[in-house]
Amino acid sequence: MDRRGGVVSLPDMPAVIAENLTKHYRVADKKPGLLGTAAHFFKRRYKTVEAVKGVSLAVEPGEIVGFLGPNGAGKTTTLKMLSGLMEPTAGRCEVLGMRPFDRRPSLLAQITLVMGQKQQLMWDLPAADSLRINAAVYDLTRRDADARIDELAAMLGLTDELTRPVRKLSLGQRMKVELVAALLHRPKVLFLDEPTLGLDINAQTAVRDFLRTYNADQGAAMLLTSHYMADITALCKRVILIHEGRIIHDGSLDALLDRFAPFREVALEFDPAEPAPPRERLERFGEVESAEGHAAKVLIGRDSLASAVGAIMAELAVADLTIHDPPIETVINRAFDEGKGQA
Amino acid sequence: MSQSPSNIGHHAPSITAHPLFVPRRFFRLASALTTSFYALMVEYRVEIILWGIATSLPLIMMGVWSEAAGTGEFTLDRVGMIRYFLAVFIVRQFTVVWVIHDFEWHVVSGRLTPFLIAPLDPWWRFFFIHVAEQLCRLPIVILLLAGSLLLFPEALWGDGETHGLWTPSWDRVALAAVATYLGFILRWWMQYAMAMGAFWLERVSSAHDLLFLPYLFLSGMVFPLGELSNRLPESATLLGMTIPIGSLVYELTMLTPFPYMLWFPAILISTEGDAALGGVSIPRAFATLVIWIGLMIALQRFLWRLGTKHYSAMGA
Repeated sequence: MDRRGGVVSLPDMPAVIAENLTKHYRVADKKPGLLGTAAHFFKRRYKTVEAVKGVSLAVEPGEIVGFLGPNGAGKTTTLKMLSGLMEPTAGRCEVLGMRPFDRRPSLLAQITLVMGQKQQLMWDLPAADSLRINAAVYDLTRRDADARIDELAAMLGLTDELTRPVRKLSLGQRMKVELVAALLHRPKVLFLDEPTLGLDINAQTAVRDFLRTYNADQGAAMLLTSHYMADITALCKRVILIHEGRIIHDGSLDALLDRFAPFREVALEFDPAEPAPPRERLERFGEVESAEGHAAKVLIGRDSLASAVGAIMAELAVADLTIHDPPIETVINRAFDEGKGQA
Repeated sequence: MSQSPSNIGHHAPSITAHPLFVPRRFFRLASALTTSFYALMVEYRVEIILWGIATSLPLIMMGVWSEAAGTGEFTLDRVGMIRYFLAVFIVRQFTVVWVIHDFEWHVVSGRLTPFLIAPLDPWWRFFFIHVAEQLCRLPIVILLLAGSLLLFPEALWGDGETHGLWTPSWDRVALAAVATYLGFILRWWMQYAMAMGAFWLERVSSAHDLLFLPYLFLSGMVFPLGELSNRLPESATLLGMTIPIGSLVYELTMLTPFPYMLWFPAILISTEGDAALGGVSIPRAFATLVIWIGLMIALQRFLWRLGTKHYSAMGA
C-alpha cells in the first residue's frame, strides 16, 4: 500500500478498460460573413459531432500502448473520457476499477494526463513553485517531494531549469518540467497526448527515454498518442489505430505490419555503367514506390519476395540490393486509407 | 490483452484516500497555495498598487459626504462620516474579488483542464490566490490609510466635542474582523457561483457587471445605508393602503447579501452601540451572512456539477 497516494492492488485486472465508449457533442455551426453573423445572433444553429463511436479497449498494468489516428480521429476525446474530463455519451469505462468521470480523489491521485499543447505550470514563476503546490495537492511531505523532484529531474537531465521562470524555458525544457509536475505523485496510469509535440530530436529522445524508464521503474500503464512514429516504435509493442471515431486495429506492431504491410521494401541501386531500367520494367516485379536515376524502391509481396528478387538479380544490372520493412508511416497511412474505405 | 472489456467491474481495488479536512493536510495546502500565489502576486506588484488605488472610491465618497454631513441633515455627523468611509475603505481592501475573471479565463483557455484531473477541487486555488493578493495588498492599504488620516486627522483624534479619540473596543474590532472576512467569503462564493456561467457563456464576466450595480448601491460603498430610511419618504399611500416606504426599503435591503459585504463590518468599526445598525441586530447580521454563504455554496456546487458535464463540449 502506498501510504500517500492511496493505493492499489489490482490483481488480474486491466488498468484501463473501455467498452463501447461513445461521445457526441454539439458545436455551433455559423456561416461566414455579415449575414451569417446576423443569423447566428438571432438563431443559433448547432451540429452534432460524433467524435468517438463505440471504442472498446483495455490496457494492462505496465503496458505502453500507442494510440494512433489522424487529426480529428477521436484520440484526444477518448483520452479525455478515460481521464475523467468528459462524460461519455454512451458506453462505459473504468480506470483502476473506478469510473473516471466520478473524479474520486483516490483515482485522481493515481492517474495523470499530459497534453503537449496544454500546460499546468504557472507561467510567471519558476517551476519549483508549481511543484510545491502539486506536492501539497498530492499530500506529499516536503522531504518526499524533494526526493521525487530530484529523482525525476535527474532522469530528465534538468538542473537549474526548475528555478527559472517557466516563460524563460525552451519548449523542450518546459515539456520536461511539465512531466516532472505530472509524475510527481507517481501515477499508475498515464494518458499522454502528444508529449513530444514540437520538440527537437534531442528533447524527443530524452522524453522517450524518460517514459521508458518510468514505465520500467513504476510499472505504470501508458496510453500514448503521437504523430511521431519514432515515439511509437521506441515505446509501444502494441498499437491501437482509431479512424473517424472507430478502432480499426488493436494489436502488436508486428501484427500491424502483417495486416497492413504484407510486403517488403526492396531498395535497388543499378550499375551506373549501364542505362537505368525504365519504370515500366520495374513494375513487373511489384509496386514501384520511387524510381530516380540509378536508384529505385519497389514494394514486393512477402509471398513472392524470393522469386521476385531472384528475377531482378537475373534480369537487371543490380549493383546493390537491400530488403527491409516499409517505414511505419507508410503502414499507418495504408491502414487509415483502408479504414477510410470501411467507414 | 489478457482480459476483455467485458470484465468491467470485477476486482474493484481497495483505495484509501486522505480526507481533505485533516488539519495537517489543510495547513500544508493552505500554506503551499498562499506562499506560491504570494510569490506570483509579488511579480504583479505594479498591478496590485494600481488595483489598490482603483478601489479607493470610498475615500472619494468620504470627501463628498464629510462636507455634506456638516449640514446636520444626515444620520452621521462629519467625523462619523469620515470614520465610516475610512472603515469602508479598509473593509473593501479585504473584500476585493475577481474570481469570475480568473475562472472565465481558465475555462475559455482550457487552463482549467489540469485542475480537473488533480485530487483537489479547483476552488481552493481560486480562493487562495485571493488570500495571497490580500497579503500583497496590505502595505498599499496601510500607505493609503496613513495618507487619508493625514488629510482628515479628525478621524483619528475626534473633533473635541461629540467625538474623542477613535478607539473602538476590542470585541467590536474582533466582530468587525470576523464580519469582514465572512463578507469576503460571501462575495467570493457569490461571484464564484456566477462564474460557473463560464461553462455556458464565453464572456460571463459581462453578465457579472449587472451584479456590480446592486453591490455598489446596497453595500454601503456610496452612502451609509442608514440614509435609505432617513432620506426616502416615510410613507406613501397606494390603493388606499399606507406603505412605510423608508423602513420597507431598508428592511428589504437588509435581506439582500450586499449590506453585509461592506456596510455591516464598517459600521461595527466606525460606530459605537447598535443605533447605526438601524434595527439590524448583530446576531441577525451574522446569521444572514452565514445563510447567504450557505446558499451560494449550494448554488455553486449545483452549477459546478452541471457545468463540468457541459465543459466536455468546450474543448476541455
